[in-house]
Amino acid sequence: MNLTLKIWRQKGSNVKGKLVAYNVADISEHMSFLEMMDVLNEQLVNSGEEPVAFDHDCREGICGSCSMYINGRAHGPDGGITTCQLHMRTFKDGDTIIVEPWRAKAFPVVKDLVVDRSAFDRIQQAGGYISVNTSGNTQDANAIPIPKLNADLAMDAATCIGCGACVAACKNASASLFVAAKVSQYALLPQGQVEANDRVINMVDQMDAEGFGSCTNTGACSAECPKDISLENIARMNREYMRAKAVTK
Amino acid sequence: MSKLDAKIPEGPLKDKWNSYKDKIDLVNPANKRLIDVIVVGTGLAGGSAAATLAELGYNVKAFCYQDSPRRAHSIAAQGGINAAKNYQGDGDSFYRLFYDTVKGGDYRSREANVYRLAEVSTNIIDQCVAQGVPFARDYGGLLDNRSFGGVLVSRTFYAKGQTGQQLLLGAYSAMNRQIARGKIEMHNRHEMLDVVVVDGKARGIIARNLVTGEIERHSAHAVVIASGGYGNVYFLSTNAMGSNATAAWKIHKKGAFFANPCYTQIHPTCIPRSGDYQSKLTLMSESLRNDGRIWVPKNMGDVQAIRDGKKKPTDLTEEERDYYLERRYPAFGNLVPRDVASRAAKERCDAGYGVNKTGEAVYLDFKSAIQRYGKEQAKLLHMPDASPEKITELGEKVVEAKYGNLFQMYEKIVDDNPYKTPMMIYPATHYTMGGVWVDYNLMTTIPGCYAIGEANFSDHGANRLGASALMQGLADGYFVLPYTIGDYLSHDIRTGKIPTNTPEFEQAEREVKEKIEFFMNNKGTKSVDHFHRRLGKIMWNKVGMSRNEKGLKEAIREIKALREEFYKEVSVPGSDQEMNQELEKAGRVADFLELGELFAKDALDRNESCGGHFREESVELAGEQKGEALRDDKNYAYVSAWEYKGEPSEAVLHKEELKYENIELKQRSYK
Repeated sequence: MNLTLKIWRQKGSNVKGKLVAYNVADISEHMSFLEMMDVLNEQLVNSGEEPVAFDHDCREGICGSCSMYINGRAHGPDGGITTCQLHMRTFKDGDTIIVEPWRAKAFPVVKDLVVDRSAFDRIQQAGGYISVNTSGNTQDANAIPIPKLNADLAMDAATCIGCGACVAACKNASASLFVAAKVSQYALLPQGQVEANDRVINMVDQMDAEGFGSCTNTGACSAECPKDISLENIARMNREYMRAKAVTK
Repeated sequence: MSKLDAKIPEGPLKDKWNSYKDKIDLVNPANKRLIDVIVVGTGLAGGSAAATLAELGYNVKAFCYQDSPRRAHSIAAQGGINAAKNYQGDGDSFYRLFYDTVKGGDYRSREANVYRLAEVSTNIIDQCVAQGVPFARDYGGLLDNRSFGGVLVSRTFYAKGQTGQQLLLGAYSAMNRQIARGKIEMHNRHEMLDVVVVDGKARGIIARNLVTGEIERHSAHAVVIASGGYGNVYFLSTNAMGSNATAAWKIHKKGAFFANPCYTQIHPTCIPRSGDYQSKLTLMSESLRNDGRIWVPKNMGDVQAIRDGKKKPTDLTEEERDYYLERRYPAFGNLVPRDVASRAAKERCDAGYGVNKTGEAVYLDFKSAIQRYGKEQAKLLHMPDASPEKITELGEKVVEAKYGNLFQMYEKIVDDNPYKTPMMIYPATHYTMGGVWVDYNLMTTIPGCYAIGEANFSDHGANRLGASALMQGLADGYFVLPYTIGDYLSHDIRTGKIPTNTPEFEQAEREVKEKIEFFMNNKGTKSVDHFHRRLGKIMWNKVGMSRNEKGLKEAIREIKALREEFYKEVSVPGSDQEMNQELEKAGRVADFLELGELFAKDALDRNESCGGHFREESVELAGEQKGEALRDDKNYAYVSAWEYKGEPSEAVLHKEELKYENIELKQRSYK
C-alpha cells in the first residue's frame, strides 16, 4: 500500500516543531508500524536527510520504549497494544497517517517523536520499592502464603510497562494510572506494608511536583493502556492515600 | 605459559563458595564510601549489582543506553527462573540443578561456577519475594512451579509469561531506592564507548551522552560490564533493537579475553519471519512446550496442500502428522533442550516439510492440551455429560490462564487464532553463551574489570537451559559479584579518587572522538542497516544452526570484505552534537563486523559438535544416536579464550582446560 505520513519533526527541546509530510510506497500489510518507519528512515538516509528519531527497543510490546501518538490515539488505532505491536493491516492504501510524540508538560520533547519520561523514574524513586537489602538472609519465600487472588491482582497491576500512554491519552495529562499501578502492586502484598503510608504519600506528592494533571476519572488512560491496567487501581490508590493521610500527620 | 588462571578455590565442590566467602578480604563501611564502582548496563545482572553494591555503601555510577534502567532487555524474558527449592518435593537439590545445567551445557562449563549458581539460586527467590515480585501462586497461597526443557523436575518459578519483566522491575525498584539515597548516580541515555586502563587496571570509561552528543569521562576503582549478549550480530534475533556488544568488545580490545564466541543459542519457538523488511524476531516462551506438541505433516502431498492453502493443519488426522520430537526423543519428547529442538526443526524443514511459504516453519499445537484440561475441568465441575464444545471451551480457558499473553502476542503479529489453529514456529537467535572470559571472581583478564550476566561466558557451557539466564543474571548481581569485588577493592581503600585528567583518559577520549568524526565525515552512500543486514545473512547462512569448514572459511573472508566496504561506503547523516540514532548504530555495527569474524574463527577452530555449536563434520555415524551431535572431549574439553591482536584474524587462542571431578562426561541422551 502507499501512504502519506505527517510526522512531527522537532530538532530539540528548545526549538519549535512542525508536521512534515512524507510518502512511503509498497508497504506490506504484515509490517509492524515501526518497520514501516524503518522503511521511511532508510529512504531518508539514502537521500541524505536526517531520519526521524523515535524511541523503540524490544519491538515485542514489553520494554515500554515506543511512544507514538497516531491519528490522535496513544499507540494508534487498536486496543491492548504498544506502537511496535501495531500492524499495517490496520490501515488502508492511500491513508494519511498523523504521527506525533506524547504531549504532556511533564514529558518534554527531546527530538522528533522522542520525549523525556524521566518524571516516571523520579516518582518510582520517591517510594516505588520495598526497603529490603540483598543479604541472602531474607525469610523463605513460602513463609508468608499470599491468597492467589491478591497475588494475581498484584501481578495485573505490576504488568505496567511505564510507556506513558496513560498520560498521553488523558486530557489532563495525569499520571494517576501509572502511579496507581505501582501503589496497588505493593498494597496487595504483605511485604512492605510497614512503609505503605509513606510510599503512597511520597509517590503522589512527587507525581504532583512533576507537573502531571489531576485525575477526573474519565478512564481514557485505562482504555488506551497497552496492558489493560484497570481503573480499580486508581480507586485503590486513592483509598491508600486517604488512609495514609488520616493516620499520619 | 597461558595467562589464564580461573582462580577456582580449593576443597570439595560443595564447600568451595562458602569457604571462599569466609576467607576473602572485606572493606569496612567507612572505607566503602571512598570507593567508586561503574556498572554498565541495567538489566538483571547490572541492575541487581548496582543496587547491591550501593546498599553495601560503594558509590555506584550506572549507565544504560535506554531512557530508563527499567527498559533493559531482561524485561522481555518470558518463561521463568530456576531455583533448587524443591517445593514440589520431586527430588530437586543443588546437585541436581548443577548436574542438569552442566549436562544441558554439554559439558563445556566450569563445575565450580555452576555449583555456586545452584547454591545461590534459592536465595534469589527469597530475595525477589521480599521485594514484592508477584510470582504465580497456587490456591493455598504458596509459590507455583513449572517445568522447562532438558530437566525432569519442576523448579521454574514464574510470573505469567512476564517473569523477566517482574524480576527486572524488582531490581529496578532496588536501584530506585539507592538512586533516591544518592548512592547510585544514574546515567540514562548514555553509551559506553571505551574503557580506560591506568597502570594495568580498569579505572574508568568514556561514555557518550546520547541526547547532547557530549563525550564524558567517568572514573572509578572498578568497572563492571553487564551489557548483555551479542545475538544481534545476526541482525535478526529476539534481542532488542538496541542490544549490542560494544561495551564487551571495547574491553576485549583493551585486553579482556573473549571466550567461546561460537556458542550461540538458537531458540526453537519463535515466530517465523515473514519478509525482507523484518526488523526483529519474536520469541514465544519455551514454557509453551509444556503443553504444545510440535509436528509437521508426514506426507509431502499435505505439505504442498497446506502451502497452497488447499488444506488447513486442522484437516490432518493424527496418523497424518509427524510429532518428530516425540518420535525421536521418547524420554523428553517436546521438552528436549533448545539446541536439540532447534536442530530437529531445521532437519524437517531442510527435508522439505516446512509448513509456510518460506518453508521455514513447523506447528506447535495445543489441541491435545486443550482437550486434556477441558476433560479435567469438566470432572472438577461435576459435568459428566459435557459436550465436546463445552470441553473445548473449558480447556481453552485453562490454556488462556497459563499462556494468554503469549497467545495474544502471537495473534497480534500473525493475525491467526492459536486456540483454533496450531501456531507456526521456527528457530531464531536468542542468547549467547559465549562472552567475556572471567575467572571464578567474575573478573576479566583486565584487573578491576568485571563481566556479569549474559556478557560473560561462564555458566551455561555450550547451551543454556530454559529459565537459567534470569537465574544467572541475578546470581551474579545480587549474590556473587558483591562478595568477589570486595576482595579486589579491599586493596584500594587508600587509592583515593581516580582523576580523569590523566593521559590515559585523554587518549581514550581522543580515540573515541576520532571514530565519531570518521563516521560523520565519511561521505558514503549506504545506510548502517544495509551492512548490518548483510552481516546477518552471512552469519545465519554460514555460522548459524549448522556449520562446516568450507562455509566458515567463506564467512571469515566475506565478513572481512564487508567490514572494509562498510568503512568506505557507510553514510551517517545529521550531527554528532545531538541525538543521532544512526551514529549510535554505526558504532555498534562496526563492532559486530569484528566480532562476527572472531565468532566464525572460533567455530572453525572447534571441530566438534557441542550444544548450540553443531559442526556437520562431527556427528554420530551409527547406533541409537546416529545423526546426533558428536562431542569430542579428548580434543576440545576446553574454553577458547581469544586475545585481541589487531585484526580478528590475528586473535590468539588461549585454552582453559575444563576439569570434571564431580560429574561424569557422557553423551547427552534425551532419547
